[in-house]
Amino acid sequence: MVELFMQYLLWPLVKIIVVVLFLVLMVMAMTYAERKVVAHIQVRLGPMRVGWHGILQPVADTVKLLFKEDIIPIKADLPVFILAPILVAIPAFLVFAVIPFGPAPFYIADINVGILFVLAISSFGILAILLGGWAANSKYPFMGGLRSCAQMISYELPMGLAVVSVLLVAQNLSLVSIVEWQQKSGWWLFALQPVAFVIYFICGVAETNRCPFDLPEAESELVGGFHTEYSGLRFAFFFMAEYINMVAISALTVVLFLGGWLRPFPNVAWLSFLDYVPPVVWFLLKTFFFLYLYLWIRGTFPRYRFDQLMAVGWKWFLPITLANCIVTAGVLLFFYYR
Amino acid sequence: MFYFLAALAVGFSIMVVITRIPVHSALSLGGVLISIAAIFITLEAEFLSAVQILVYVGGIMVLFLFVLMLFSIEKWGGAALHTRTWKTAVALGVVLAGELLFFVWKGITPSLPQIATPAGLGGNIEAMGWALYQRYLLPFEVASVLLLVAIIGAVLFTRKQIPKDNG
Repeated sequence: MVELFMQYLLWPLVKIIVVVLFLVLMVMAMTYAERKVVAHIQVRLGPMRVGWHGILQPVADTVKLLFKEDIIPIKADLPVFILAPILVAIPAFLVFAVIPFGPAPFYIADINVGILFVLAISSFGILAILLGGWAANSKYPFMGGLRSCAQMISYELPMGLAVVSVLLVAQNLSLVSIVEWQQKSGWWLFALQPVAFVIYFICGVAETNRCPFDLPEAESELVGGFHTEYSGLRFAFFFMAEYINMVAISALTVVLFLGGWLRPFPNVAWLSFLDYVPPVVWFLLKTFFFLYLYLWIRGTFPRYRFDQLMAVGWKWFLPITLANCIVTAGVLLFFYYR
Repeated sequence: MFYFLAALAVGFSIMVVITRIPVHSALSLGGVLISIAAIFITLEAEFLSAVQILVYVGGIMVLFLFVLMLFSIEKWGGAALHTRTWKTAVALGVVLAGELLFFVWKGITPSLPQIATPAGLGGNIEAMGWALYQRYLLPFEVASVLLLVAIIGAVLFTRKQIPKDNG
């Protein structure tokens, strides 16, 4: 009885709490990192006043957001206005239920349709943004919501196809098994699927509405995008979800293409001293690298025009990923199933 | 668990019909679809459940909302609760309920063909793939051709203007 309780209730609960705390910390760290990194790219100092080099800035921001007045526009559609931030935050956290941070005890669940689960859950995010933009009953958020929705749908397709070519190689849908496959084969998957890897990450940037694909919140055109009318805690939800989605995309890129928790060259014996670094640390290092890449891209590239964005998504990424899928399937068919 | 989810699904479907704001209807429809996906999970059909959410909630629902939002900006007051087709709807509903009740009363369960999957196929993705691409290959292909025709039709509809412009 006690054992069952431990296995099915206590341990999952502990893991969930740890992951949620980690994510909240990550959001705070990311807001700070974003301001600092972008500031240094632009030869500024960024936040310097709160704490040593502004390190307590995220705490101050959180306190500010918590105590800010929660304004609901009179003409807003109340139930949907309240539902949207909830709907955007829940899937953001839920994705991490299946992401393996490390071998056996370091993930919450290993379900056999893992990657499908992730795709399904992240499609809620689109819904929430669309609803959030609509519910405020105001024109800029609405246009931001529509843009965001069109963009996310367009980039979800090549993203899904990039994942499909990974699945074809790894022959499994469970995220844990995909990493284990990479361990067995000795190759990180990005070496076998370079096209899918690059396109997946670019689509990931587009899916999270980050620069250079941040048209949904283009300040110069749309004030603040779909969350213009939100304030206080409800705005914080949207904000948090965006950063958590960034962490999720980075983590997924690592799991699918960079061998998850594996060290570099997992089967090369003379590199085994690298095993002294725990797997979770490897995972986090790789994830942080991609998060840094997000900021780097933001600091470096100008924003796309909307028609360019659509053209890139539909006329380049979709055909390329489709061709990649077909070629992958063909090669596998030719070499392995003959 | 089933009764709870089923009640949820029924509740949401009633909401679909009675709310006056189209977007709320669409949202309730999303609720119905999610409850059904949850029922799939209790039936150990995780694949079906994930695909249900991916396709219906992620794809079709978003499309519905998109269209509804674009159309209902002016008519914010909401759609009419009663339309002229309600008599037909009631008649059809009665017929459908009658059919369902008949089967429940008779206690007939439709006998599904048992598909022999080779042993050692773990998980329902493999089993499903086996069923789709071995036994039901023809219906599957017919369905995909049908979808292809629909896509080509849609493309044709949108292209109608172009030859005219060119003279």
